[in-house]
Amino acid sequence: MTLGTWLALVVALVLAGELVRALRQRALRGNRDRWRRFFKHRTTSWGIGILTFLAIVALAAPLLAPYPPNQQLDIVQLKNHGPSWTFILGTDVLSRDVWSRLVWGGRVSLGIGALGALVAISVGTVVGALSGYYRRWVDTVLMRSVDVGLALPRIFILLMVVALWDGLPFAALVLAIGLTSWFGTSRLVRAEVLSLREREFVMAARALGMGGARVIFRHVLPNAAAPIIVSAALSVGNVLLLEASLSFLGIGVAPPDPSWGNMIADGASEIYSAPWTTIFPGLAIALVVMSLNAIADGLRDALDPREEPA
Amino acid sequence: MILRRFVASVAIIFAVVTLVFVLIHIAPGEPCPSDEPVDPAVCSELKQQFGLDRPVPEQYWRYLVALAHGNLGYSFSLRRPVKDALVETIPFTLQLSGAALLIDFLLGLLLGIYQASRVNRVPDWVLGNITLFIYSLPTFWLALILLLLFAEKLGWFPVGGASHPIFCPAGVDSAFCFADRIWHLLLPAVTLGLVGAAGTARFQRAAMLDVASQDYVRTARAKGVPERRVVLRHQLRNALLSFITRFGLAFPFLLTGAVLIETIFAWPGMGRLAFNAILTRDHTLVTATALIASAVVVFGNLAADLLLELADPRLRVRADVTTEIVTV
Repeated sequence: MTLGTWLALVVALVLAGELVRALRQRALRGNRDRWRRFFKHRTTSWGIGILTFLAIVALAAPLLAPYPPNQQLDIVQLKNHGPSWTFILGTDVLSRDVWSRLVWGGRVSLGIGALGALVAISVGTVVGALSGYYRRWVDTVLMRSVDVGLALPRIFILLMVVALWDGLPFAALVLAIGLTSWFGTSRLVRAEVLSLREREFVMAARALGMGGARVIFRHVLPNAAAPIIVSAALSVGNVLLLEASLSFLGIGVAPPDPSWGNMIADGASEIYSAPWTTIFPGLAIALVVMSLNAIADGLRDALDPREEPA
Repeated sequence: MILRRFVASVAIIFAVVTLVFVLIHIAPGEPCPSDEPVDPAVCSELKQQFGLDRPVPEQYWRYLVALAHGNLGYSFSLRRPVKDALVETIPFTLQLSGAALLIDFLLGLLLGIYQASRVNRVPDWVLGNITLFIYSLPTFWLALILLLLFAEKLGWFPVGGASHPIFCPAGVDSAFCFADRIWHLLLPAVTLGLVGAAGTARFQRAAMLDVASQDYVRTARAKGVPERRVVLRHQLRNALLSFITRFGLAFPFLLTGAVLIETIFAWPGMGRLAFNAILTRDHTLVTATALIASAVVVFGNLAADLLLELADPRLRVRADVTTEIVTV
């Protein structure tokens, strides 16, 4: 690590910390009840802080990674080198710098998490809305498909898709994970839409002659936003864990490109001689997922209609 | 009503089998690829033997007919009937998930109840953060860390396998071998159970607090019912109802965990079997494991639904409510 990387790291930390502090103080001083409830818990603020920090690190990867992630520095001298001031998280079995790989792998892992969750939430929302709004045969067909989707643990389907179509490109991996992760969300949205569609404002919109799509997207879904937002936060963490599991089993993100999952896979065989190659990427995953779960807890509190002043 | 849901469950499993069959057959790759030096004559004979030379719809039909007769087919990678492989591995998965479930529910319930009774105080806050952390861990990573600590550094537990290879080979039953099995089982079961317990504790705490704001709890307090009794008789009994739903949700978690944990701990169960089947493209074995897995999930859900109706008389009046229970 050079002075420049340390400096960039400190800047990232301060940036994330200040951002959260500013947001939190504004929320606590302001009169928006929701935001106040959201920032009430310290855990939620920590979650946002950690997530922001890791996102900055991933985005600024070229500034923060002292070495190229796939560069084998010195296979003889620097193989499985323990953490030191030059290599703060040590080096792996191929003498690559773990910190650099962690930083670049963050882009891959967080990217898959965000994009996969985006796919999952979009599909889940649309399916749930169609199902709940149109009911009848649309509902039957869609919800029976969801039943089938939920019947098989998705790791089975994913393993099959990813292993049988060997060497899927990145986009296909994201799609595969996203398209197997929307079932729960669609049920959630459907339940919400079912109760909303009977409300007066929806009936009024229909009576004014609005089409189905307009009623759903302009009137129904905005009122169902709360559970969708919570579900989205949880979904990012779930997708990240799925990607990690697949990569750990050796069929996710293809080496040598780092993802947190395949870093653990690389480290697993060396765990007794070089535990740091396994420990740090796992901690990174745990931190992100924990932050997202904490944020989801905060969102649930903030968006809970029962807490809403009458 | 029960019969209708049973038929629906069977239909779902049938759909899963069909889906898996289709997926395998549209996947790239074929028996006897051209880059492998196999005698074409041998190859066509093998294809004929396994019925792979016939059109896919016919293969599907033949598979279904065989399935209806209880014949799960023959595994090429193991060179034995699929049924034998399943009969051998399923007990191991049952032992592992049973032990994990026990840890999950016992520890999770206790923690959840305790936290709810100390809500927003120091113990709740501390336990809440600990469970949040454990709940967020990738199970396979936790497995590796526990392995590193307790098997390698401390040497308290074996690094893998299900029994001692020399003293307790397959088929030997004795008190020593029973203890040996538990010793091998503990680390994988704790890994899976701990992550599950963290989730259960979070769930149970929320369920208890949900009930805490109900009128009947306030009434009980107002009547002067002792706090302990309020928590155990009024809150817990009602919170346990939603816990039954959690029971139904535990199966996918355990099966997913089984694939990863069994692979890491070299536990000879169905999860590892399924994973290896997919890697070796052994399609009869893949379909069979998918069939078993989906049957477990679907009937687990059905059992939870029925149990919930049995336990909660309110649901018997509105029988369709349980199907609306939403899972995140």
